[in-house]
Amino acid sequence: MNLLWLQSAGCGGCTMSLLCAEDPNVIDLLDGAGIRLLWHPALSEATGREVTDLLAAIAGGTIPLDILCVEGSLLRGPNGTGRYHILSGTGRPMIDWVRDMAHVARHVVAVGTCAAFGGVTSAGENPADAVGLQFDGSHAGGLLPPEFRAAGGLPVVNIAGCPTHPGWVTETLMLLADGKLTEADLDGYARPRFFADHLVHHACPKNEFYEYKASARHLSEIGCMMENLGCVGTQAVGDCNIRTWNGEGSCTRAGYPCINCTAPEFEEPHHAFTETPKFAGIPVGLPSDMPKAWFMALASLSKAATPERIGTNAVADRIRVPPSLKTPRR
Amino acid sequence: MTARLVVGPFNRVEGDLEIHLDVADGQVAAARANSPLFRGFERMLLGKDPRDALTITPRICGICSISQSAAAARALADAGGGTPSIHGARMAALLHGVENTADHLTHFYLFFMPDFARPAYAGHAWHAEAVTRFTAAEGGAIRAAVEARARLLHIVGLLGGKWPHTLAIQPGGITRAPGMRDRMRMALSLKGFRRFLEDTLFGAPVEAFTDLSDTDALMGWTTGDAGRFLRIAADLDLAAMGQGAGRYLSFGAYPGPDGPAFAAGTWMDGAPGPFDPAAITEDLSHAWMLGETAHPSRGDTRPDEDMREDAYSWCKAPRLNGATMETGALARQVIDGHLLARDLAAGGGGVLARVAGRLLEIARLQPMLEAWVDGIEPDASFMAEMPPLPDNGAGVGLVEAARGALGHWLRIEGGRIAGYQIVAPTTWNFSPRDATGTPGPVEAALVGARVGADEDTPLSVQHIVRSFDPCMVCTVH
Repeated sequence: MNLLWLQSAGCGGCTMSLLCAEDPNVIDLLDGAGIRLLWHPALSEATGREVTDLLAAIAGGTIPLDILCVEGSLLRGPNGTGRYHILSGTGRPMIDWVRDMAHVARHVVAVGTCAAFGGVTSAGENPADAVGLQFDGSHAGGLLPPEFRAAGGLPVVNIAGCPTHPGWVTETLMLLADGKLTEADLDGYARPRFFADHLVHHACPKNEFYEYKASARHLSEIGCMMENLGCVGTQAVGDCNIRTWNGEGSCTRAGYPCINCTAPEFEEPHHAFTETPKFAGIPVGLPSDMPKAWFMALASLSKAATPERIGTNAVADRIRVPPSLKTPRR
Repeated sequence: MTARLVVGPFNRVEGDLEIHLDVADGQVAAARANSPLFRGFERMLLGKDPRDALTITPRICGICSISQSAAAARALADAGGGTPSIHGARMAALLHGVENTADHLTHFYLFFMPDFARPAYAGHAWHAEAVTRFTAAEGGAIRAAVEARARLLHIVGLLGGKWPHTLAIQPGGITRAPGMRDRMRMALSLKGFRRFLEDTLFGAPVEAFTDLSDTDALMGWTTGDAGRFLRIAADLDLAAMGQGAGRYLSFGAYPGPDGPAFAAGTWMDGAPGPFDPAAITEDLSHAWMLGETAHPSRGDTRPDEDMREDAYSWCKAPRLNGATMETGALARQVIDGHLLARDLAAGGGGVLARVAGRLLEIARLQPMLEAWVDGIEPDASFMAEMPPLPDNGAGVGLVEAARGALGHWLRIEGGRIAGYQIVAPTTWNFSPRDATGTPGPVEAALVGARVGADEDTPLSVQHIVRSFDPCMVCTVH
């Protein structure tokens, strides 16, 4: 399997994260999966003319392209010209190169939320007119139209995340190489379901605090961050707390909120990222698939029933009150 | 006769870069560095809650993410007043130092060394070994380095949740208080990394490398991949290649109660000098930007959609008292007074000096990281309560990223961001010409580089450009 990786308008962080793959390292993993890197901007030897010759050979069909990975958003500005990102050495906008390559590739993979939906590059006034490969935020149709299907039959596969977990990328590539990824394995935003069917809330170490709505008031307190600190882990897709990052990490494990970075338009939450918007003192944006009235009823009940241990720990920066021990039977 | 060459895509740098060369008599007569990507982070931030800078600015760059995060946190702390927790600041320094170490390692093994495995160097005594160890995306040393780097970054996983793009660093400290057991785990990660450095990169204790005090002693170092690099450097005379102007800048790295661990300052004409942040300007004469030369606290980012003919890059041209400045590990070590770094600078500060400066910094950082972990007091507070941000105010955050001096200048009006200007290390190093026509540091360093008659992507140009370890996504942002 031949793989070409292009870096469009992004931060390069998904590649940097991919290099954190372990057991095995990313180079051994790609070797083992039979994936050959035609070119990757951070890893490959070829520079300058060697690369433009290679791109021409791929576009002309001389070299078959099995997987095209695009990292970073696609810039249409200024004024639809794409000239905010000319692929160096070619005089041609990156969006034109990506379109050409997408049309000869068997599979097209958007690596990261920028490539999938536009992501942070489209934040604020979206100065560079950034979009995703096949989505513009949550709307179908980006650089490529909604009906686009790569030669292999799949739409653009969106490995969302800011950055992507190395496992999400390597496992998607291995599934594609093995012919095991079908359209049914993708969710409504074309994200692989093996990670997108989970919520960040799953296995979050703050679950007990959540059960009692025992909330942190300030960053560094170890309580649940949903009520006050902007955490949307109950709505965000990702197995971040199940597989963990860089060893045993995750955003909520490190004491800051999940900002839903696997979702389209996460870059514009319409409130400060680390503050939960409230209406009449009640957080707006409760867990997506739970009836609001039930949530409120259960929350007020559980809040009233909060054990002292949990209430005290929630507003401390470490566990102050340990679980009580059972008195031995006589 | 002058021939023109355009070199790109210029890979194994972070982000996209295009180099234009005028070539005469087998060498570079003039060079222009084009940063061909504009995203506009400074504009995205306008009108937002100032705290959102902590989420958005790290995403400027996937390789210097923690540097951006630290600069934003300090700009906010500066705007709001208050004193960050000493223990929290030390943990922020730990996170930052781990990222900078990982970046230096990535540069050496993934970006810089693979060029010596190229077939063009077949016939040199060291080539066969370079192929085995450093071939891009294949070499044995590259696999080992990627694994060592991934394990080192476990420290960021544990303390900062993930790398890149942590939100753990805040104006008052860090969001997670490490306990006794965390301290042990992080010490283990550092022990493992020391083993990699001493078995593979240096082939000897890191302290022996930091004890080197001049270029002759350095060139006598034979062990590890550092020794392999130095043999190649001697053979190809990398010391003479890509020499700099000898003007260095550092904002000072890893702040502590007694000042930064690596000093702030400047180095010009072979002598140290103070650093005055008020002396910074950004010149827009050759950038596709509209507006006048200004200090970043008053600066603005308005892209020239017409991409006018007399400009050639999206990168602005920062100057200190009107002069170009080189920044990075070599600059930091020169300004901090390390004898080896000062000797390398006196020798012209070329490709050898920049790469050796990074190796020296890896060696010096390792014991510092160990000391910061060892000094963790599990009962301490790692987050100070800070006063609320003012509705109207300003703040500056100056830090040292792996690649050098990084500054954030924030202005708040009506509780929202009214101005946010970022000057990144590679903005300094890869700046275009200014209004006087003076080329930026890499443009000047490329003049005189050898170009073979049959070369369309000259190797000397590649070594010189990569010796700066450019981060192009930070450059324009």
